[in-house]
Amino acid sequence: MRTAADLKRGETAVIHGFSDDSLSLKLLEMGCLPGEFIKLQFTAPLGDPVAVEVSDYQLSLRKDEASVIIIE
Amino acid sequence: MSKPLTIGLIGNPNAGKSSIFNHLTGLNQKVGNFPGVTVDKKEGFTHSFEGSKCKLIDLPGTYSIYPRSLDEQVVFETLSCPKLAPDLGVIVLDASNLKRNLLLCTQIIDLGLPLVVVLTMTDLAEKRGMEIDVPQLAKELGVPVLKVNGRTGHGLEELKKFFDRPPKQRSRSMYAVSELAGDFIEEVKGEFSISNDYLAYQYGQQRFAIPNLTERCKEKICAIKKATNFKSEKFQAKETVARYRLISEIIKRSVKQKVIEKKVSATEKLDKIFTHKFGGYLIFFGLLFLIFQAIYEWSSVPMDMIDESFASLSAWLLQVLPSGPLARLIAEGIVPGLGGIVIFVPQIAILFVCISLLEESGYMARVVFMMDKIMRKFGLNGRSIVPLISSAACAIPAVMAARGIENHKDRLTTIMVAPLVSCSARLPVYAILIALVVPDKAWLGFNLQGIALLGLYLLGFFSALVAALVFSKVLKSGQRSFLVMELPHYRMPRWRNVMVTVFEKSKTFVLEAGKVIMAISVILWALASYGPGDVMEKAEETVSRQVDNAGLSQADFDHKVSAYKLENSYAGRFGKAIEPAIAPLGYDWKIGIAIVSSFAAREVFVGTMATIYSIGSDAGEGTILDRMRAEKNPKTGGPMYTTAVAFSLLIFYVFAMQCMSTLAIVYRETKSWKWPVIQLFYMSGMAYAFAFAVYQWLS
Repeated sequence: MRTAADLKRGETAVIHGFSDDSLSLKLLEMGCLPGEFIKLQFTAPLGDPVAVEVSDYQLSLRKDEASVIIIE
Repeated sequence: MSKPLTIGLIGNPNAGKSSIFNHLTGLNQKVGNFPGVTVDKKEGFTHSFEGSKCKLIDLPGTYSIYPRSLDEQVVFETLSCPKLAPDLGVIVLDASNLKRNLLLCTQIIDLGLPLVVVLTMTDLAEKRGMEIDVPQLAKELGVPVLKVNGRTGHGLEELKKFFDRPPKQRSRSMYAVSELAGDFIEEVKGEFSISNDYLAYQYGQQRFAIPNLTERCKEKICAIKKATNFKSEKFQAKETVARYRLISEIIKRSVKQKVIEKKVSATEKLDKIFTHKFGGYLIFFGLLFLIFQAIYEWSSVPMDMIDESFASLSAWLLQVLPSGPLARLIAEGIVPGLGGIVIFVPQIAILFVCISLLEESGYMARVVFMMDKIMRKFGLNGRSIVPLISSAACAIPAVMAARGIENHKDRLTTIMVAPLVSCSARLPVYAILIALVVPDKAWLGFNLQGIALLGLYLLGFFSALVAALVFSKVLKSGQRSFLVMELPHYRMPRWRNVMVTVFEKSKTFVLEAGKVIMAISVILWALASYGPGDVMEKAEETVSRQVDNAGLSQADFDHKVSAYKLENSYAGRFGKAIEPAIAPLGYDWKIGIAIVSSFAAREVFVGTMATIYSIGSDAGEGTILDRMRAEKNPKTGGPMYTTAVAFSLLIFYVFAMQCMSTLAIVYRETKSWKWPVIQLFYMSGMAYAFAFAVYQWLS
């Protein structure tokens, strides 16, 4: 099962679901919706957090949090 | 006259709310507190199109009605309570980020307030190929929609027309929340006589955020929740997904997305530079370095001017006022005390300009992004960087800014260590002591004094990190820490916003700190001018008895008398009493008085020095710096302020917790005296130990 934490730089995927219920609430509010595209834009200098494009804007997440987002 | 219409500004962070607020109110605003909490409440007055007065409230920016932090909770609290709710809500939407901005918008619409929607950043949206059909969007939302340019204020006149005739609220909710929890809503509506479905539903979701709800009511809600099988998290997730589905439909019908050639945007290009592996940190530290150089270089001229004009004002007042205790109170107590406040203003203003530029431009979010992993190693959170940097201006807003940190333990750790970062109140102390012992020379093109200042700031910052590490090991946490954060577009800072912020913060500082400093200056002057019994009246007699009068000029004799008076005043006696405790750090009783009075507020140090030395010497002559430089150590005969003493004092001020206002705010924020007391002792203990070490090493 791949998650958003496995994305390579510049890669785009479709969000399938979440593996953590309480965190999913925040992610949903911030526009990480099942069926949306998520693109890894760049990572922080030390490899964590990451910056993704989702719902037409830029969002930053820790790798832990990205690993909750299941991608297709 | 009838009560002015109250208008609440609601919107996502970075949507341009404060630009609109500043355009509407100008400088006619004040920062207060929301009832019961210390979240900044910005209020201001404006006029409607026809000229009637309106009160504007700037609510904290939030992404949804479900709060993630204490700041965001205020939004729901204000809107859900009939007593607090504004008469009209103005929702600010970032047009270039419409989808996510509409989530909050549909939630607010469903709460049933009269609303107007304002679209900002439409130029940016157009650049991205979005063509927004404003009348169609208004039809879809069921509320009036206006375009406003946050930079120029174009479109605000149209908005003001609604202040005369607020629109009706939308009759039907956008998302029928009754399909999730119909039974619950019906029961709550009956029980609490509420007419709005969504508000009733929120009683189930966030009963703790609803103001004035008794324990019994909360229990009642719990019982209804159980009886109707109300599942908070599941419902919230379903609601959010359903709302986004609705929003997608709305956008499909009201926004035409032109296919444009996808160019690399300016933000992407800038991110490549600002978050570069090495360059990113280099730029960040370079910027910090520049800020401190600017504080030092640009403020020295106005500060010297202020210092000298207050010194000559004192001298002039002593000449023109009829001599007596009142004249001396004004010339030796109040005027030097006032000067000690005003002299800060240039440095504080520069620091605030720099910090608000970093925030306005969108760069601060990148700093959080880059620093998160490092800060986590120290038990903090990327978001802690904002309080830590603002603490360089003042610990009070910094402690309050920690409200933006969702995780309780991270927040508490940030609050506990933020005051170690050198605030602007330490700046005058640093400035005067550095000026005494560090030469004003250039080294590799940089001002040596500026480098010394940067060194002190770095020392404060790194000890905050180390202290955080200790606290994070000691404190317990049950909550998960997370960092889900928007990275806003870079944009040119709006000078208007920067200037308003700087003006407001400097004004608050002068007024708030000013009160304390003035009071302490006056008290101190009295303590230093009067002594027990008739010792002051008999001073001349005693001194002439003690010394052989023959070889002494009149001026030297007067000097000895005033020195004797200071030594035997109440303040002098007190200083003498604590001298044994501070002698190992290299301080005499005069410095002791200054340190003790600075426990109320650090900036008092300079004012105290001014008061003590203007009483102790020929009053009104020369600046504070000149007087301190001329001060002799009675034991060695050399200057009092040697490198060892000055550095020992500097180190003491880096660490010591000497600010009652900060302790008070920490109490308010943590709701317990335990934390401010721990803070007072651990910081002051470190101050004593390190100052001792430095003095012993250098002397």
